[in-house]
Amino acid sequence: MTEKLLETATERPIAELTPTEAESKRLTRRQLLVRRFLRNKTAVVGLLIIVALIIIAIIGPYLAPWTYDYVDRRAYLKPPSNRHVWGTTQGGRDMFALTLRGLRKSLLIGFLVAILSTGIAALVGSFAAYFGGWWERVALWVTDLLLVIPAFLLIAVMTSGGSKGPNAWLLLVFLLAAFGWMLSARVIRSLCLSVKERDYVHAAKFMGLSAGRTITRHILPNISSLLIIDATLNVGYAILAETGLSFFGFGVQSPDTSLGTLLADGARQVNSFPWLFTGPAVTVVLLVLSVNAVGDGLRDALDPSSASGGTAR
Amino acid sequence: MGRYVARRLLNYVILLFIAVSLTYFLAASQLNPRSLYLIVNPPLDPQSIEESLLSRNLSDNVPLLERYWIWLKDILTSWDWGDSPKGGPVTEEIGRRILVSLRLITAGSLIGTVIGVTIGAWTATRQYKFSDRFFTLGSLFILSVPAFVIASVLQVTASKTNNATGLRLFEFVGETGSRGGYFGAVLVDRIQHLVLPTFVLILINAAFFSRIQRNLMLDALGSDFVRTARAKGLRQSRAVMKHALRTSLVPTGTYFAFTVATLFTGATFMEIIFSFHGMGEYAVTTITQQDVNGAVAAAAFAGICVLGGAILADIMVAVLDPRVRLS
Repeated sequence: MTEKLLETATERPIAELTPTEAESKRLTRRQLLVRRFLRNKTAVVGLLIIVALIIIAIIGPYLAPWTYDYVDRRAYLKPPSNRHVWGTTQGGRDMFALTLRGLRKSLLIGFLVAILSTGIAALVGSFAAYFGGWWERVALWVTDLLLVIPAFLLIAVMTSGGSKGPNAWLLLVFLLAAFGWMLSARVIRSLCLSVKERDYVHAAKFMGLSAGRTITRHILPNISSLLIIDATLNVGYAILAETGLSFFGFGVQSPDTSLGTLLADGARQVNSFPWLFTGPAVTVVLLVLSVNAVGDGLRDALDPSSASGGTAR
Repeated sequence: MGRYVARRLLNYVILLFIAVSLTYFLAASQLNPRSLYLIVNPPLDPQSIEESLLSRNLSDNVPLLERYWIWLKDILTSWDWGDSPKGGPVTEEIGRRILVSLRLITAGSLIGTVIGVTIGAWTATRQYKFSDRFFTLGSLFILSVPAFVIASVLQVTASKTNNATGLRLFEFVGETGSRGGYFGAVLVDRIQHLVLPTFVLILINAAFFSRIQRNLMLDALGSDFVRTARAKGLRQSRAVMKHALRTSLVPTGTYFAFTVATLFTGATFMEIIFSFHGMGEYAVTTITQQDVNGAVAAAAFAGICVLGGAILADIMVAVLDPRVRLS
């Protein structure tokens, strides 16, 4: 146990702890993390799937036989065949091409929301902890206020007015991030409270570093493991939230396509035309499951007290 | 102690008031009840449209602050949350719908939580064995699937089963349906309609709580007091049950309080897919129907649920944790 704590707490190569192997193995912290992550097979598979999905989403449209907006007048609402691998919609559009386009949008939404909301959480949490006093009170109070407001309803109200141009989904990204950072901010604040009392933070402060620099250079890097995990899990949260909103007709609005809008259309006709539902459903589940698996793997790899590291190295 | 609780409560009430007010301003400026009257065919007389909007305090010709003041005064003086643009009072509607939601979520959330906690605690004692891997992956999978996808898949399976067997074993539309005249038919009918949504809720709750409980239990099992309990001669089973499980149940209790309270609006997918006319469905329809007063009332209800959950969580901790109870 203590051995494991040491290996991540101090940035010394693990080899120094076991002198017999000192010559053969010297691992940096990064190498150690990679090894711990690779040990979790589920997470590795998840990472591979995510990378594959991203590649497909980017280059897929150039390789696929149909474009998403092409109307095939000889195939309206046809089940999967050689001509259209995943079938066609009522409007004669290729399901596979549409899913690819939806996947693109969902990936964009997922990653943008994750980066934004973790960023907000990190800033609010660390500044609240660092300055304390009134600033902290106000920050905590706003956090509580946003927790009480039912975010789902508010986002629905603000996105219900129909499409407002091709960039309406950016508003959705902003809203999902604006209502998704509160719980992480509280956790980050409580972690920062202890980091801020460390000697090197005091040293940085007394050397005359500005507050902003102290926080970004000395405090935040020390809770980076939490930030990484939080951002990863937020990707899954954002994609699920988008599908949920779109299911009710809020969120992404047509003519824009996301996995959520496709699923919502498919779910209504799943009994008679299952191919409208299966493709997007499998894609969403695969994506979110992989993201969550990677999040789990990262947590195990970055958490010094986790038992999944196996024996020391 | 009493003063501390009173101050927390006052703080909660102020938070809720501001949150609901903000929601009102947002809903009143974003939703457009007038459009409901404008799409009617044959077209209505503009004068009468204005009058019916005015009588419901929904006219956008009246300044927002004035509308807000009338709305607030009605709530404070007579607990009247206003009318929907083309229907009756919001308060009555919500009172009826809360009961529907309650009937829908009670069984599912209770059974799901118990199953989840049991699985979580059990798999923690068998870490990295096959059963642990199986349930961990299973719960991760369930939580990665959007709720309405689970519900839709179940619905398809159920209707296939119905067709294959030729019996109407599963019902998935509404709360009640046609029923036979035999004794207890009313109850059987209701249960038939509840089976599918309850099953989905059990799956989701069990997956959620098994993950939380497993993590907490692992922490507890690795802690010093469990080792001490073993060292002084307690049997493993007793050390696990009395020392590890009990401690790890405290945080689970707080999670439970929160989820139960938020389920009122969280079961929205279940309500819409299985046509239960509960609070979740109400929240969605008010927005699509441009119902300002209804949407704000639904939001207020959701806010009250969250705060209720927070207070319930505090009480739960006090009941389960002797350190809090005694101090």
